[in-house]
Amino acid sequence: MSSRVEATLDACRTEGRGALVGYLPLGFPSIDESIEAAVALVENGADILELGLPYSDPVMDGLVIQQATEKALANGFRLRDAFGAVKEITDRVSAPVLVMTYWNPVVQYGVEKFARDLKQAGGAGLITPDLIPDEAQQWIDASDKHDLDRVFLAAPSSTDTRLAETIRVSRGFVYAVSTMGITGARADVDTAAHNLVSRLRNAGAKHVGVGVGISTREQVVEVLDYAEGAIVGSAIVSALGDSGVSGVASIAARLSGRSEVQGVARHT
Amino acid sequence: MLRDEQGPYFGEFGGRFVPESLIAALDELSLAYDACKIDPGFQAELMDLHRTYTGRPSIITEVPRFAAHAGNARILLKREDLNHTGSHKINNVLGQALVARRIGKTRLIAETGAGQHGVATATAAALFGMECVVYMGEVDTVRQALNVARMRLLGAEVIPVTTGSRTLKDAINEALRDWVANVDNTHYLLGTVAGPHPFPYMVRDFHKIIGEESREQVLEMTGALPDAVVACVGGGSNAIGMFHAFLDDPSVRLIGYEAAGRGVDTPEHAATITKGRPGVLHGARSYMLQDEDGQTLESHSISAGLDYPGVGPEHSWLNDLGRAEYRPVTDDEAMHAMRLLSRTEGIIPAIETAHALAGALELGKELGPESVILINLSGRGDKDMETAGKYFDLFDGVES
Ligand SMILES: Cc1ncc(COP(=O)(O)O)c(C=O)c1O
Repeated sequence: MSSRVEATLDACRTEGRGALVGYLPLGFPSIDESIEAAVALVENGADILELGLPYSDPVMDGLVIQQATEKALANGFRLRDAFGAVKEITDRVSAPVLVMTYWNPVVQYGVEKFARDLKQAGGAGLITPDLIPDEAQQWIDASDKHDLDRVFLAAPSSTDTRLAETIRVSRGFVYAVSTMGITGARADVDTAAHNLVSRLRNAGAKHVGVGVGISTREQVVEVLDYAEGAIVGSAIVSALGDSGVSGVASIAARLSGRSEVQGVARHT
Repeated sequence: MLRDEQGPYFGEFGGRFVPESLIAALDELSLAYDACKIDPGFQAELMDLHRTYTGRPSIITEVPRFAAHAGNARILLKREDLNHTGSHKINNVLGQALVARRIGKTRLIAETGAGQHGVATATAAALFGMECVVYMGEVDTVRQALNVARMRLLGAEVIPVTTGSRTLKDAINEALRDWVANVDNTHYLLGTVAGPHPFPYMVRDFHKIIGEESREQVLEMTGALPDAVVACVGGGSNAIGMFHAFLDDPSVRLIGYEAAGRGVDTPEHAATITKGRPGVLHGARSYMLQDEDGQTLESHSISAGLDYPGVGPEHSWLNDLGRAEYRPVTDDEAMHAMRLLSRTEGIIPAIETAHALAGALELGKELGPESVILINLSGRGDKDMETAGKYFDLFDGVES
C-alpha cells in the first residue's frame, strides 16, 4: 500500500515544514465555483485538499459549514456530481484529494462502488467523521482493495486502547480533533490538542493532522510545531462565502505564510 | 428469546455511527446502565419514584362505546396518558436521570418534537435539581407552544432549532452537537429508542414496564393474552415498551402504526418502515426515509411526535423478522379517531396516540367481535388543542 497523503506529509517534513490541509465543501456555492475555489486553495499553499460532501445531517459541523452544505444541497448538489468534480480538480492540481463524508451517502451509493469510483476520479481516500473503526470493516476492505487512504478521527476523550486501534486502521494520517466540540473558528487552539498528539505519538502514530477550530496563520504555525498537518475548514468556507474564489486564494496564502497570492486575476 | 436482545445490534440494525468524541461517553453510559440494571438499590429507587411520582401502575380502561366503531372487538386502553406529565415519556426520563446522576452529570439536554419528552425531562431536572436545556425544531415550538411554556415554567431553557427542516430530526442533531462539546458534565437524555447504543436498549428497558404491567392486567381481566397489541410509532419508544413483554408470545399480534401524513403515495408522510429503506441516521443503522443519495428526507405528520424520518433499530429488526407489522395511518384518519375517542369515552388522546386508535378501528373489523385488542394510550391530548382547534374549527367557527 502506498499512501499519497503520507508521501506528501513526508515531503513537507523533508522541506522542514508541516502541511496545510484545506477543507471546502463540494457544490458550495455551485459545483463550478467549488472546483475553482479548490484549485485556488492548492495554488495558494494548501498541500492536501479535503473536499466535503454536502449531507443533510452533519452532526460534527458548526454553523458555517452547516449553512454552506445546506446551500449546496438547495442548489441541487447530487452525489454523482462529486466524482466528476474530484476528477476535474485532480486533473488540475497535484495535491492529494481526500473526500470528507458522513457515512450514509457511502452506504447508499455502495461502499465498494464508492471506493472504485473515487479511485477512478483520482481521489486519495476518505475522512469519515461518523464512522468509527469498530463499524468500518466494509470500508477497510474496500479501501485496501482500491488502495485508498482512510482517515479516522481521534478525540481528546478517546482511551489509549482506542487510540492504538485508530492508528492501526488509519492510513494517510490520524485526524486529531483538537477540542471536544464541532467545527468552527475558535480564538485559541485547545491545549487538549497538544496532549492528544503526544498520546498518539506514544501509541506509535507517524502521521497526525490536527483539525477543528483552527483559523489563523498563528494557529497553523502553533499546531505544525507538533503535528504533520494543520486542517483548516470553517475559516476558508467563510472566506469563500464572503469574497468568492479570490477570498479563498487570499486566506490560503495567509494560512500557508506566503506573501503573494497566485492566480487571483483569473478568479476575479 | 426475542426479549433477551440487548444490542448493540438487533440483527443487522443498530450500532454506533457517531463521532469518536462521543464514544467515551457512550461507553461510560453503557457501563453505568448495565451496573444499574442489576443493582437492586437502583431498581428500588426507580420503582419508588414510579409509585409516588409517576403514578404507576397505570390503569387499563375498557372502551365499549369506542369499540362499537371497531367491529365490536373488545378494546382495552393502557392509560399512559395518566402518568405525571401526560405521557409514557416520563418512564424513560426518570430512569435515565437516575443513571445520569449516578455518573455525576449535572446538566441534562434533550431533543423534543411534541414537547412531551422535553416536558418530562424538564420535570426530572426540576425534581433532581439539575440544569436542563431542550432543543426543539422551530416548527414544533409553534405547533406545541403550550409545551414550550410548560418547559420554561419548569425552569428549562428551550432552544428553537432553525437549521435543516426545523423539526425533531434537526433538534437531535443540535443535541448531539451540544453533547460533543459538553460531555464532561452533560447527559444527553434521548427521548426514544433510536440513536447509538446503548440508547435503543436502555430506553426500551425503561419503557418495558408498560407491557409487563399490561400483560398481567389483561390476563387478570380476560383470563387470556390479547389477540393484538398495538401502538403508534414515531421513534418507537411507547411501541417497544408495550410490545416487549409480548415478543415471545407468538399468538399475540404486534402492530405499530406509523404516520402516513397526507398519504404514503405523497411525499408528505413519516411512514419510515412502510416507505423507507435501511440506512444510517442519528448514530444507528435502521429503516429511514431518504433519497437516492442517502440524504434524509423531510417527514410530515400532523403530530409533531411522529414527524421523524427514522425509527428505532429494534423495530426494523422485528419488521424484518416478521414478528411485528407496521402500517400507515393518515392525518385525517388520526384526527377522526381523536374526536371519536373524545366523544364516545370522554378521553382526549394525543394526536400521536390517535394513530394507534385509528389503526385499531380497522383492525377490530379485521379480527372481529371475539377479539381483544390492547392499545397503548401513550399520551393525553391537552398539548394538541391548538392543532385540533384549527383542524376542527373549534375556536370561533361552527365545527366542521
Ligand atoms: C404521546 C406520544 N406518543 C407517542 C410519541 C412518539 O414517540 P415514540 O414513538 O418514541 O413513542 C410521542 C412523542 O413525542 C408522544 O408524545
